[in-house]
Amino acid sequence: MTPPPAILVRGAGVAGLVSAVMLANRGARVTLAETGPKVGSGASWMAGGMLAPWCEAEAAPPEVTEHSLKSLDWWRANAPDVQSNGSLVLAPPRDTPEIARFGRRTSHFREIGAEEIAELEPDLADRFQRALFFPEEGHLDPRKTLPALADRLVNELGGRLLLNCPDIPSDETFDWVVDASGLRARTELPALRGVRGEMLLLRCPDVALHRPVRMLHPRIPIYIVPRADHLFMVGATMIESENGGPITLRSMSELLNAVWTLHPGFAEAEIVDIGTGLRPSYPDNMPLVTQEGRTIFVNGMYRHGYLLSPWLGEQVTEIVFNS
Amino acid sequence: MQFYGTTLASPLMLGTAQYPSPEILAAAVKAAHAGVITVSLRRESAGQKAGQAFWSLIRDLNVPVLPNTAGCHTAKEAVTTAHMAREVFETDWIKLEVIGESDTLQPDVFGLVEAARILTAEGFKVFPYTTEDLVVAERLLAAGCEVLMPWGAPIGSGKGLNNVFGLRALRAHFPEIPLVVDAGIGVPSHAAQAMELGYDAVLINTAVAKAGDPAAMARAFRLAVEAGALARLADPMEARDMAAPSTPLLGKPVLA
Repeated sequence: MTPPPAILVRGAGVAGLVSAVMLANRGARVTLAETGPKVGSGASWMAGGMLAPWCEAEAAPPEVTEHSLKSLDWWRANAPDVQSNGSLVLAPPRDTPEIARFGRRTSHFREIGAEEIAELEPDLADRFQRALFFPEEGHLDPRKTLPALADRLVNELGGRLLLNCPDIPSDETFDWVVDASGLRARTELPALRGVRGEMLLLRCPDVALHRPVRMLHPRIPIYIVPRADHLFMVGATMIESENGGPITLRSMSELLNAVWTLHPGFAEAEIVDIGTGLRPSYPDNMPLVTQEGRTIFVNGMYRHGYLLSPWLGEQVTEIVFNS
Repeated sequence: MQFYGTTLASPLMLGTAQYPSPEILAAAVKAAHAGVITVSLRRESAGQKAGQAFWSLIRDLNVPVLPNTAGCHTAKEAVTTAHMAREVFETDWIKLEVIGESDTLQPDVFGLVEAARILTAEGFKVFPYTTEDLVVAERLLAAGCEVLMPWGAPIGSGKGLNNVFGLRALRAHFPEIPLVVDAGIGVPSHAAQAMELGYDAVLINTAVAKAGDPAAMARAFRLAVEAGALARLADPMEARDMAAPSTPLLGKPVLA
């Protein structure tokens, strides 16, 4: 019997962590090396964590929906506290035509009126007349999920996690290298570009939501994802820029205005965190697993890191164990 | 018709914002046979040329680039953005937008004339996004603009040509000036109508970018501008109030 393969995974973002856990689960000896000081040092930490295969079909190709269905199952089996309360799509009164457009491009929803909106989200009672409800969708908290995956890799699956680790000791050899290092892999993957995103984390005990809410607007669709301890993640801008610098006033106003429109109770929210990140993206905004010799690249997650990582992790596992 | 001495390959100007992906944008530009593509320069992209990756995708499309000052609310802001755009895109063309009202994104025509004067003096070739107001048009020409881009309807509204009378009057007043309907075009028939009115080009962004199939919609617009331009050349019939029978009607008096 051949010994289990030794694998180096570069990058402890969502793609790297999911691949590492899947590989270790199959018996590989996994070393996960992260250049940053903690797991999720890049875009993964800023993500909303929505598991929304059907909502995403609004702007993403059908493959995203198709491949994220299995991902949903994987997350439900492997992440702590995956919420399965569906998601809600709303529009401010003057942007209601956007709801019709959103409905035409998506599926697996039902159109609901004021009464059902109030049943689902009592705090939104009398505030919106019309919404789309996607009952089968879910969401998770990336800031709990990533550390939980790292913990499982190290404490249950015998993997090794190296933080602050730009270089691997040269005396170590690996059968495979899985490179999930995002924009750091640009030299090898020149088609990659960064798409800037900005987000906020609010704490607001005055408002309760049970599921992610998308506020439609022709230019800047914004989502609000409830988390434990009265926290709300608000995101996210999408700007064709590789400037990872601080949030601009314009972006912050747009995000805050959307939250305020959703419920005036957010006026008293504390702004707990402000994040900016760059989403590694290919020209078609679809992720890709590519192989060059003994190196497997997993990259280009764009805005679908959580939605598609399990699908990509499966492809990586397939290459390692079946080639 | 020439735009600052340049003949465009097609009267369709296509904006590059809001597409699902750069790949779909590229497919749309190709399907549209766009004569010009407009690019919006965000401040946060300009610092250290942080938008380089996206811009190189734009440059690879091999279509003349018209940078714009979208999102600017004062003449000063627009002038600064124009400077950055000239550096980034290496062109002296600038589509000048100075927004005056945030619900309609209506141009602030006062700031527009002021910015146009400054930029023209600096050697820019200014494409001003304006209303269909004749007096403002005169002022823009006096400020050195050689092209006018009146709106059809508010940006992104898809309402088509809201003031056909005004647009027709503008065409009649300035027969030698290249005129482009910018903003508000929602469907190809709107674009055809603009060309039938004798406009030299149309600028479209949202109508293509937000369509379910942007490349197919881009092609539809290409056919529409071609149809409209051809109809204009063919000298369309005049509309009239009464039916005009193509064969003589016997036994009826001549209708007034």
